[in-house]
Parts: sequence; structure tokens; C-alpha cells
Amino acid sequence: MGQLWEFLSFAEPNIRYVTFGSILLCSSAAVVGSFIFLKKKALVGDAVAHSVLPGVCLGFILAGNKNPILLIAGAFVTGWLSLVTIDYISARSKIKEDTAIGLILSVFFGIGILLLTYIQHSGNAAQSGLDHFLFGKAAAMVSDDVNIFGGMAFVLIIAVALLFKEFTLISFDVDFAKTIGFPVKGLELVLTTLTVFAIVAGIQAIGVVLMAAILITPAAAARFWTNNLRKMIFLAAAFGGFSGLAGAYISYIAPAMPTGPWIVMVISVIAFFSFFFAPQKGIVMKLISRRAMAHQIQEENVLKLLFQLGQEDKNYFQQRSVGDIQARRPFNTKLLLSALERLKKQGFLEKGDDRWQFTQAGQKKGARMVKLHRLWEVYLTRYLRIAPDHVHEDAETIEHIITPDLEAKLEKLLEYPVKDPHESDIPYL
Amino acid sequence: MIQQVEDPAVEVHDLTVTYHKKPVLWDIDLTLPRGAIIGIIGPNGAGKSTLIKSMMNLIPHSSGYVRIFDSNIDEVRPQVSYVPQKESVDWDFPASVMDVVLMGRYARLGLFKRPRKADREVALDCLKKVGMEAYKSRQIAQLSGGQQQRVFLARALAQEAEIYFMDEPFAGVDAATEKAIIGLLREMSEKGKTVVVIHHDIQSALEYFNWIVLLNMRLVASGPTQETLIPSLLEETYGGKLTLLAEVGNLMHKKEFTGRDKR
Amino acid sequence: MDAFWIILTGSFVSISCGLLGSYLILRRMAMVGDAISHAVLPGIVIAFLISGQRDSITMLIGAGVLGVLTTFLIEFLHKRGNLQTDASIGVTFTWLFALGIILISAYAGQVDLDQDCVLHGEIAYVPIDLWITSTGKIIGPRAVFITGSVLIIIISFIIIGYKELFLTTFDPAFAAAIDISTAMWHYLLMGAVSLATVASFESVGAILVVALLIAPPATAYLLTEKFLFMLILTAFLGIFISVTGYYLAVSIDGSIAGAMSTIAGLLFALAFLFSPKEGIIITWLKNRIIKKELSESF
Repeated sequence: MGQLWEFLSFAEPNIRYVTFGSILLCSSAAVVGSFIFLKKKALVGDAVAHSVLPGVCLGFILAGNKNPILLIAGAFVTGWLSLVTIDYISARSKIKEDTAIGLILSVFFGIGILLLTYIQHSGNAAQSGLDHFLFGKAAAMVSDDVNIFGGMAFVLIIAVALLFKEFTLISFDVDFAKTIGFPVKGLELVLTTLTVFAIVAGIQAIGVVLMAAILITPAAAARFWTNNLRKMIFLAAAFGGFSGLAGAYISYIAPAMPTGPWIVMVISVIAFFSFFFAPQKGIVMKLISRRAMAHQIQEENVLKLLFQLGQEDKNYFQQRSVGDIQARRPFNTKLLLSALERLKKQGFLEKGDDRWQFTQAGQKKGARMVKLHRLWEVYLTRYLRIAPDHVHEDAETIEHIITPDLEAKLEKLLEYPVKDPHESDIPYL
Repeated sequence: MIQQVEDPAVEVHDLTVTYHKKPVLWDIDLTLPRGAIIGIIGPNGAGKSTLIKSMMNLIPHSSGYVRIFDSNIDEVRPQVSYVPQKESVDWDFPASVMDVVLMGRYARLGLFKRPRKADREVALDCLKKVGMEAYKSRQIAQLSGGQQQRVFLARALAQEAEIYFMDEPFAGVDAATEKAIIGLLREMSEKGKTVVVIHHDIQSALEYFNWIVLLNMRLVASGPTQETLIPSLLEETYGGKLTLLAEVGNLMHKKEFTGRDKR
Repeated sequence: MDAFWIILTGSFVSISCGLLGSYLILRRMAMVGDAISHAVLPGIVIAFLISGQRDSITMLIGAGVLGVLTTFLIEFLHKRGNLQTDASIGVTFTWLFALGIILISAYAGQVDLDQDCVLHGEIAYVPIDLWITSTGKIIGPRAVFITGSVLIIIISFIIIGYKELFLTTFDPAFAAAIDISTAMWHYLLMGAVSLATVASFESVGAILVVALLIAPPATAYLLTEKFLFMLILTAFLGIFISVTGYYLAVSIDGSIAGAMSTIAGLLFALAFLFSPKEGIIITWLKNRIIKKELSESF
């Protein structure tokens, strides 16, 4: 705990630099990455990230030391070249895009590794720390680096803010953008350039190998929380920034650990949490709402059945046992009992001596279910020309989903029929 | 006008198919006669491909069932042949015309076994029937659209099946190919084979098919061509969707409605 | 002799990867191959931690399980979570790879693996790690036997399932219509890819495996239109890459795996430019000649 306070107090100027640098880098990458995600180019981002390695090495070979400007320039050139090559190969041959991405990614990275090992074996003392570009080392940033990389991140955020509308459009519908006279090629070029920029800026903190994650994962996570693009980008930036902060902290307390994998771990945990638990879109939330739907269907079926029995006996408020209900329709006993209990809680049923009976509200709702079922049967026979003996199954499903609005439309369209196709009465209230 | 037949080649019973929880076919209930050339006709998005794919059980049914020759599809698979839309495969694939036609024999071969000389002879024979024997070692990318369609047809013939499902075999082919294909279909029908074809053009449908299925998310008509291809039914098929049906469909999609309660 | 063992291992690895890669690129699943090769890392490390040694069988199992699990997870996120495919691939494998690297760093003392090995393998050390029987007899480098057995498994897999793999790759809908299980062959193929990746992992590392999976078949794809020939050509390209890659690495004192990928990329570039049918330069020349003839004939 002491370490955390020491870290958060930013007493050491170096911690301050590194922390703000990492946050800025990760959040700016997440902002640009949001557009890459929306353009469905996540894997291209991965390829570019790997492809900056040979550029960094060439920059080093040219400079003879770790001159940040030359390293960045080198990274920029090869990162950019990889994008152009991927497009060129998939446009000019029968090689498909995914193959071109994998090819360029691995070959460029291979060349990078070859150059890196060559430099390492060449005995140049200045090379130590060059391998930090592979997996990132936020703590190794010195104030000059932070100024340069942080400055780049700042430029990125400003550029995206200025071109927000344009990027949104080219991510959503390129053809439309063309027809309204947007300089689509130019804009794509700017977005690509910014992407390479973001990757180059991020390699100090995350490294080339896992850089793609910080571009894509925050956007993918944010997408699960909102349908609003602005909110999504802010959220992605916040997720990215938080993982940058966490990465810087881990770099501080555990110097042996590379920063990149930890940043990716933090952002991945956020992402998987979002995939499963985000309201509405999350996988678990979907399962829960599906369960609620299943409950609703069981309840409505029970009410409908009680109403039908009442209609036959001409007594809607007779008490009935579980056996009575099951004699008509073989519900699973456990499911039936829990549905009955829920209906009691909702005030549709009353219970006495293990026997159940309608309340006024319950009888009304049961009547509505029977009406919907029979109306739908009429609709199917009249409008879909389905034989009367074939309509029951479908009505069993649809009756649960018809809203009051649709109910009114259905009644009007069918002109309030009194009998269903099997000559049973349709109950109106 | 929905006419049912005795001893049908295909029996579809109360079939509902959903895509992403949204119904694309509602309660289809029809029977198709044996030995007929059957055209399935309807506007874009009517669910024509979906219907034949679900007849072959390639996509799951939400409810209902399909029987082919009064059996479960899995029992009669070897007798069922499928000609997918041309666009469904990658024509840059490194395969020759002969390779593709031989695929029609795979169903008979089973695991481990290689195509034998007899299989090659059948394949060559089928290529002759579609007039493509001269192209047998040609790479498939070098074929024209019509030729690719003929190759697909030859592959289906090589299967020596009893019933053929074809997804728009006339789309993007030249007039000569279209004529050749329809000649072949007639020949097959004379041998008692049943052919189910998805088709776009109403003009030629009158001439090509002896049984018509009109479809637009729901079954509008199924019966002999003369009785089904009439203005009132066509208008119903192409005259737009049933709004109420579409609304219920959208609602099911939005709520991810899962269907009936499991008893 | 050392050079011979290294080149032999390299060839085994590149043939295994190239053969499976041929299917991957035709199925448009090149990036799933990439994802699997990254994602097997935590499997290897966990197997290491459990068995406490470089026990190949445990490692193969651990990584194989992770590999197939990765494909499941990618499909699960895509189908159940409605996450677009590229993102579900990207998120899944970066996460698993990061997990692997963290485990390696955390258990640096216990795990005989380091970041360098993950990135470019240790094919140079192949001749050192010998397989010695209980009687003390030296049989040969262990890696040669492991990669050799994996190659045999993969070749048998392809021979047995040739028809089915071919058909499910070319036209899955038709395959399903004649009752060939596309899902089964899909997962068998993914299992084989995991196996090949993990066997190659120690030699060439996680990322450069991808170069061997994709580059040789992509090159062969440009040079031939016959599938069987594409497989054979891929195998020969694999051997060529191992030999030239080794000597390139030795001559500039760099990583052998890095040099092999460099050569693989170079071969692709040559095919891309000069392939008799598809090559960019050849097509350009042809067009020029046609134009010239046309202008002369008038």
C-alpha cells in the first residue's frame, strides 16, 4: 500500500513524467484505434505495429545510437510501407487481404528480428535497451522521451478532434463520403498516418509486439457500453488511459516486468468484463434477459391454460390443483410450481390448500393471452393462407410477443373476429 | 392457391426459419411433386435461398420439419444434390474443372478412398453432358460465368442424385448456357429426377417450369405453373410485405425472442 | 554436422507449417493461424510449470489445448457477443500472449524460457540438446525427433483427409449438403495447426512461425493453379528457406529464424513480381508488347 501512495503522490518528477506519458500514449492510441476498429481493420493495425520494428533497427544503424528522432523516422517509414504493401498485394494479385496481412506482419517482423540480433551481436554498447521496444518499458523513459512521445500523443488527440466528422463518415460509409465530394483518399491517408503515429508513440510504453491490443481492445470494450460514437471514443480513451496508468505503476514496483504485457492484461480484463457484463450487449446480461423471457412465457402459458379451463367449466374462479393443470398440459412440475408462485406474487393468482385460483387481474390477463393466440391464428389463416390445423404452434410463440400496439392493429385489421379457425370464441373484454 | 400432392418428393411442414432471431420464413407448408421441374419465385429477400437450404437442413429450423422422399434428410443425403450460388465459392481456388466435378463423387466415396477410374469416367461423362469436356484440365478461374455454372451443374450430375436443388443457376450466364441448362433439366425430369430451381425471371418461368412456388417470407402459392403464375398471385408475391408480419419479426429480433417454452 | 541438424529441423518445421498454411490461406483463415501461434504461449508456460521440465509431451498437450480453445473463444465472442471477427481475433490473442509473457517474467527462475526464445526461438541450440538413451547412447538432437514426428503426423493427416479438407475448403456449403462435417474438419485442422505451431515454437518462436505458415504457401499459390502441386511446391520452398536462411544468418551473425522469414518474404516478393502468369512485372511487359504490336500493325 505504501508503494501505491508513494506512486500516486508523484513525489519523484520521473514518476510524474512516466505516468502522464503512459496515460497520454495509451489513451491517444485508443482514440485513433476506435476508428480502426470501426473500419474493421484491427488486424491491419497489428501488422503495422509489428512492422515498425525493422524501421527502429534501421534508424539505429543509421544513427549509431538511440536518437529518438531517427528511430521514430525509421519506424514511421516501415510502418507506412507495410500498409501500402498490404493494400498493393491484395489489390494486384489473387492473394486475399488476410493472407497479405499475415505475410507482411511476419516477414517485416522477421526482418526486424534479424536486424535486431545483428545489432546486438555487433558489440555496439549504445544498443542496450533497444529491445525495450519489443515489449515496452515505461519506466525506461527519460524526460526527453516523454516530451517527444507525449507531444506526439497530444498532436494525435487534437487531429482526431478536428477531423472527427470526416473520420466518422469514412469509417461508416466510404462510398457515400465519395459521392458527397469528400476527399476520401486524402482523409484515409491522414487516418493511416495518424495510426502509424499512434503506434510509433506507443512503442516506448507497450512495445511493438502487443501494440495492436492498445489500439483495438479499448474500442472493442467501449463498444459494448454505448451506441453513441462520441461516448464510445471517450470511454475507449478512458479505458486506455487507465491501463496506461496501471502499466506505469507496475513498471515502478516491479522493474523486472515488461510494461506492455501488463497494460494489455489490464485492458483485456476490462474488455472481457465488458463482453460478459455490459448492460444490454453483454453475454451474461443477454442470458439473464433470455431467462426472464422464458419465465414470462411460462407464466403466460399457465394463465392462458387456467382461462381455457375456466371457459370450459363456465367458472373462471374455480380452485385448481397442480394435477388439474397438468392433466391438460404436461408442464414440468418444478417449473410449473415456480411459475405459480411468481404469479401469486404478481397478484394474478391466489392460493389456498395447495389449490390455485384466478384473481380479477389474472382472469383478465388470461383472457388477453387466449385472445392474442386466437387472433394470431385468424391472421395466419387469412393472410398467410395456412391451413387451420397448422396455425396453433406458431400462435403459441407469437402470442407472447405481441405488444398492446400490435394487438390493436391486429384487431382492427381482422375486424374483431368472434371465432378462431377452430370455431372457439375469442374473448374480448 | 396451395396445392398439395400425394407421395411428394419434398414435404415441408410448418417450417419457420429465423436469422438472428428474426423470422425470414413463416410457417411454410407445402409438398412438391416427384419428377417435376419446380421454380421457386419471389422478390429479393423473400427467403428463396433460405427455403432450399433449410430443405437440405443446412440451416437450423426454428420449428417444423422437412421430409425428402418420405425420409429424414440425413437418411437420403446421397440422393440429394445441391448447386450453390456461383458466388459462394472462391474461383481463384487452385483447382481444375475435373477436380471440381470429381467432388460430386465424394459423397459416394466416403473417408480414405480416392476417386477411381470409374469415377473419372462418370465425371467426364457429366462434363460432356454440359458441353465442357474440352475444358477438363482448365483452371476454374479462367472460365466465364456461364462455364463456371456448367461446371457446377456437372458436379451435381456426377452425384447421380434423385433430387437437385439449384440456387439461381441462370444468374449471370449467357443465353447459350441458359438454353443448354434448361435442356439438361428437361432430360433429367424425363428420367424421373426432381429439380428445384430458384429463379428470377417470370417471363421464362412460364416456359421452363411445370410447378411453381411463389414465396415472399410466406408461401403465397404452390401448384402447376398455369394455375400459379397468374396476375393476382404475382401481385400478392411482389406487392410488398405484410406490415404486421414484418413488425412482429422486428420485435422478435429486437427482444432476441427465443421461442416456445421448453416443456 | 551442427549446420545439418539445424537445417534439418528448420526444414521439418517449415514443411509442417507450410502444408497447413496452404489450407489456412485458402480458407481465409491466415490470421487465425497467427492468433493460434501467439496464443499457445501460455499453454507452453503452464505445461512447463506443471511438469517442471522441458517435457515435450506435456507441452504439446498444453499448447494444443490452448490453440483449440483460442479458436473456440474467437468464435464464441463473434457469435455470442456479436463482436466483429477481426476484433475478436485481435483481442483474444493479444490477451493470451500477454498472459504468456507475464508468466514467463514472473517465473523467470523456474521456467527455462525467455522473451528472446518466444520471439525468435532457439534453433541455433538444436544440436546441443541431445537425446540420450538410458544406456548412454546418443541418438541425436531431440528437436529433430520432435519436429520430425510432428511432420509425419501432419502429412498422414493430409493424406487421410485430403478429399474432405479439399472440399470443405473450396465449397463448405456443398460439403455440408453431401454430409461432410465442416465443423469437424475445421477443428481437426485447427488442432493440427496448434500442433505444428507448438512443435515449431522452440525452434523459431511464436511470431516467426506465422511467416512459415503463410509466406511459402502464398508464394506457391502465385506460381501454380493446381492444389496438389501447390502443396508440393510449398514443401520445397520450406527446405530452400531453411538452407538459405541458415547461411544468411551465419554470414551476418543474426537470428536464424529472423533470416528464414526474411528469405521467405524475399521469395514471395520474387513470385509476386515475376510469376509467369500473375507477376506484376511480367504482366506489365506483356501489356507493353501487346501495345507495341498493336501500334505497329496500324
